[in-house]
This record gives sequence, structure tokens and C-alpha cells, in this order.
Amino acid sequence: MTEKRNSFRNQPDESGHFGDFGGRYVSETLMPLILDLEQEYRKAKADPAFQQEFEDLLEHFVGRPSPLYYAERLTETLRESLPAGKGAQIWFKREELNHTGAHKINNCIGQILLAIRMGKTRIIAETGAGQHGVATATVCARFGLPCVIYMGATDVKRQQPNVFRMKLLGAEVVPVESGAKTLKDAMNEALRDWVANVHDTFYIIGTAAGPHPYPELVRDFQSVIGREAREQMLSRTGKLPDCAVAAVGGGSNAIGLFHPFLDDPGVQMVGIEAAGHGIDTDKHAASLTGGAPGVLHGNKTYLLQDEDGQITEAHSISAGLDYPGIGPEHSWLHESGRVRYLPITDQEALEAFQLCCSLEGIIPALESAHALAALPRLSGEYDRDQIILVNVSGRGDKDIFTVAEALGAKL
Amino acid sequence: MTRFEKAFGKGHPALVCFITAGDGDTAANLDALVEGGADVIELGMPFTDPMADGPAIQAADLRALAKGTKTADVLRLAREFRERHPDIPLVLMGYANPMIRRGPEWFAAESARAGVDGVICVDIPPEEDAALGPALRDAGIAPIRLATPTTDAKRLPAVLEGSGGFLYYVSVAGITGMQQAAIDSVDQAVSRLKAATDLPVAVGFGVRTPEQARDIARVADGVVVGSALVKLVEEHGDDAPAAIRNLTASLAEAVHNARKETAA
Repeated sequence: MTEKRNSFRNQPDESGHFGDFGGRYVSETLMPLILDLEQEYRKAKADPAFQQEFEDLLEHFVGRPSPLYYAERLTETLRESLPAGKGAQIWFKREELNHTGAHKINNCIGQILLAIRMGKTRIIAETGAGQHGVATATVCARFGLPCVIYMGATDVKRQQPNVFRMKLLGAEVVPVESGAKTLKDAMNEALRDWVANVHDTFYIIGTAAGPHPYPELVRDFQSVIGREAREQMLSRTGKLPDCAVAAVGGGSNAIGLFHPFLDDPGVQMVGIEAAGHGIDTDKHAASLTGGAPGVLHGNKTYLLQDEDGQITEAHSISAGLDYPGIGPEHSWLHESGRVRYLPITDQEALEAFQLCCSLEGIIPALESAHALAALPRLSGEYDRDQIILVNVSGRGDKDIFTVAEALGAKL
Repeated sequence: MTRFEKAFGKGHPALVCFITAGDGDTAANLDALVEGGADVIELGMPFTDPMADGPAIQAADLRALAKGTKTADVLRLAREFRERHPDIPLVLMGYANPMIRRGPEWFAAESARAGVDGVICVDIPPEEDAALGPALRDAGIAPIRLATPTTDAKRLPAVLEGSGGFLYYVSVAGITGMQQAAIDSVDQAVSRLKAATDLPVAVGFGVRTPEQARDIARVADGVVVGSALVKLVEEHGDDAPAAIRNLTASLAEAVHNARKETAA
């Protein structure tokens, strides 16, 4: 059997590029290390024992497979305002039911197994909202490795419960005081730590971004989402979804859902960017809609930046989407037209958050609420026998304080 | 003969000094470096996310940007420096994004027009040379590469390929302005590098005092000092030139005479 020439699933190329995007834009000190990482990853990928350990942990530690769920009341409610015959069935991929409450853990399991394989004895990571920090601290506790989490000082203040969780799990949380003291600055600081400790330290990057091979390996570890969803869809409905939707910050939950479907021409895909106060304001995090290609944090990709290439601050009510860049594969999928990217504002996400709570009994993460917020628009594009699959990437327990504040409720 | 060849061909090791463009009175700071005896100048292009830099240069970048420093200002500072100092090699040092924002050809052409001799881009390794290297070389500007303690013999040829000006040896795995390497390891590394290239080898990261600079100058063709100078701008603001001149003079004294003392 020959490989499909026009596949969307054979990126990146040998040098880590997704078309014009991706690559390895790192300082010389890190370069030998990421070449080494790539080599080790190739070996691990081909090693059945590695795959078996990964899958075993996903099943028994993470709780996979995550369910596929028909959101009946949401489906019916969206149909009420649509013409007869319109309004797709809405199905959820329930990543929020994973251990630690989001998809992040899938990637952390994969990367810590790689770290152990490479003989690294110390783990570092960056975190924004704290979800990736918690997931990293979790796998470090599970495998007994010391763990340092870099977190912007602003985020440390607004995400106290997650800071405490990380500490309970044995991690050291370092507040980062540089820049705007959020995710971007935490990533800078993690890179500074890494470059000074390359000999013993493994950097568990939380999203499908950074220097090659990170975007590829994070995608591969997260692709369990799409692979499961594909099988579950076929066995439950006998067909593939007509549309797959996921929120995109760095984009790991989205690429994990999309990648196994990329060569199914009948499956349309929509990535949802955080539009904050609106993409015509300077307070948003929509790198594709409102940014331009550039180089940051080891890869070439769409970035929020000024005319001189200075990075501008992102804004989103969702701390997990509050980043001025996006994974390079999304930049490529955007330019190739395979995936459509839409902006959703803070306000729209808040409304969808409440709708999901009250109609489905599921409190979604604010990140996932962005994906849900696109449904009123997307649902009407499809007939009633068609299916939209949404990745509910995380649960919203961590967000109730933010939501309460936005709604003017006192806790 | 290029300005680099002249600067490294004076019969003594060269002092390479870094300051950040747009921080303090940059033109006066640059003049103070020259008056103090710097042989090569690195002018830092401020960036919002200087992830290879320690606290001193991070803060300098943010001060410069807070004052509204634009790429056009950096190029103007370079051009005016060149008018005042026709013979001193000038290097722009910074990160990829501001350099390629308007296209690498634009940046290379504007830098050449401003009289810039070399460019150090921290986050473009040889593997991504296509993003900037060809444009620089076509414009007659030397892409100056970094070698580090992690650059092994297998990688070194790739680092040297297409590089020019001098080779910048980063003596410690880490960020700028933090710890200093043991002199024995620097000596060994420089010998290894010099066996592989005819380019002069300048050593930097963590060099603060004339004593440290002298030790390195005994084994290397040049010594790079950055954070210690940038800190003077942090302390003295617009009044930094006098302090910069003094520190540079004592560093230059130590570097230029390092080998005479060894011989004596």
C-alpha cells in the first residue's frame, strides 16, 4: 500500500517544518538536546514496550477511554431557533472526565515516560491556568521525580487552588515576575531554567508548540482523543462526524481531536480561538485571526505582534487560551484551508458555559466553553441527521471563581 | 581587510562590549565604550521575550521598549555610530522575530546601509539558517554564530558553516550574566574551536570583572562583556557613560595586556 500523496497527516517534514511553520528556533545550547530528544522519540515511537506502558497508564491511571456522549438537550435547544430539518446532533468527547480534569494528562504521561527513557532526573514545566502544571506535578508524583513549575505571578494569584494542588503533589511552584507575569513569561523562564540545566532536566511542554519535535510528539500523545472518538463514533452511529470542533490556545486538545480525522474529507473541522473582548480590540488571544507569522518559543507560527515583531499581550477570560501564539500545525492547517478557525469572545464563552451547565449537567472548562459557544452558529449549517463532535477538553471546577466574578456573583 | 579582521588583528586580545539599544543615552554609552577601549561593539536589539537572557539584559530590554524604542531607532543608532566611528566593528545582537518581521532581506539591507558588520541572532541555530543567513551574507553582513559547551565535535562544522566575523563561545550552559565558567574548561573549549576554524574566538557569558576578563583573554582571541555594562545603565540611567567608560577602560587594560603579563 502506498502512502497517500496528498495526506494532511504526514507533517512535519524531516526538519520539523509544517509547511512554512514549526522548526527549531532555539539557542545553540538547547539544539543538541532537542536533536537528542527527537532521536529518542523516534525510538520510543517504534518501541512496542513504550507504547504499551503509555496505553496501560492511560487506561488505569488516567481512566481512558473517555466517553463519547450525545448531548440531547443541548441539541434540541439549539434546534429551537433553526429552520425545520436543520440543527446537527451535538456529541461530546468527554476529556473533562480524565484524571486531573482535562486532556493535559495524556501528554504528560507520554513525556514523562520519554524523560525516564532519556535518564533525566528532574522535570520542569510552564503553566498558565495551572492545568498543565497540575498534570505535570501529578505524573512527577506518580514516578517520583522532582518537579519545578513556572507560573506567571499574575496567574499564581488568580489560580490559587491549582497552585495549592501542585504543592500538595510535591511540586515547587516558582512565580515568574517578568513581563506581564502570565503564560508567555512562564515559558520564557522555563526555557531559561532548561538551558542552564540541560544535563539532567526534561522540559514537559504543555501544548503542541515549541521547537521540533515537541509539536509532533504532543500531537501524537494527544491523538488518542481523536482515535478513540473515531472508533466510538463508528461503533455508536455507524459513521464519522460531519464536523469536529475544539478550542485552540496552543492547540493540543484540538490537534489531538483533529489529527486522526484530517484525511477524512467528509469531516469538516473548526478550531475556536479566544477573541477576548473582540478581535477588533487589543484584548484578544486570536493569533490566526488577528496575528501574523513570526518566531517565538522555538517555533515559527502565527503570533500576536506589532509591526516591529514585538510580542503583544494576549487576553482571554480563559487562562488556558491566554497566549499570543498557536501551535505551528494549526498555522499550517489554517493556511492550507483544511481547518477553519473562528473567534469566540469572553461573553459568548460565558453564555455557553452556563448553557452547558444547565442543559447537560456538565460544568465545562472556560477553554471548552469557547468550543461550545460556536455551536449555535455551526449547528444550523447542518441537517438533523448530521453530527457535530465537540471536544469538552476540561472541566470547569477551576473556573467557578472567574465565572462568578464575571457574572457578578459573590462566593 | 574587514573591520573584524582589523579589530582581532591588533596583536592583543579584543574586548567585545554589549549594551542594549534604547536603554539610557545609548549614543553616549556607545561613545563611552569606544573611549574606554572596546574593540568590537554589540548593540542589543530589545525584544519583549528575551528567553536566553538573564535578569540584567531582560530588564534593559523592557526599559528600552517602555521608552518606545523601535527597530527604526536601533538602525538609526547604528547608522549614527558608524558616522562617528568609521573603524569599530558593530554587531547587532538579538532575537529572530524583530529581525525577520519585515522579511530577512529588508533587515539585512537596512543593517548594511547602517554600517553594521555582523548579526548575532540568538534563536536561529544553523538548522534554521535559511530564515536569515542567506539574506545577511548576500548583504555582506557576517552571521556570527554561537558555540556552547553542548556543541559537540559532530555539530561544530554545521555551526561554522556560513558563519563569519568571529565565533562567540558561550562559556556556560545557561543565560547571560549569571555564573562564570572554570578557566580550564574555557581553555580546552577554545583550543577545540580554534582547531576547527580560522575565525577569532571570543568568549562570553558571566564575565564581570577585569580579573575574569584577563584570565579569559589569556586563552581566547576576545572577551565579551554585556550584563555588567548593562547594569551600569540600570544604576546610573542617562548618567551611565562615565561609569561605562571607567569599567570598559579597566576591562580593556586587563584584556589587552593579558598575554604580556603571562609572558613576563
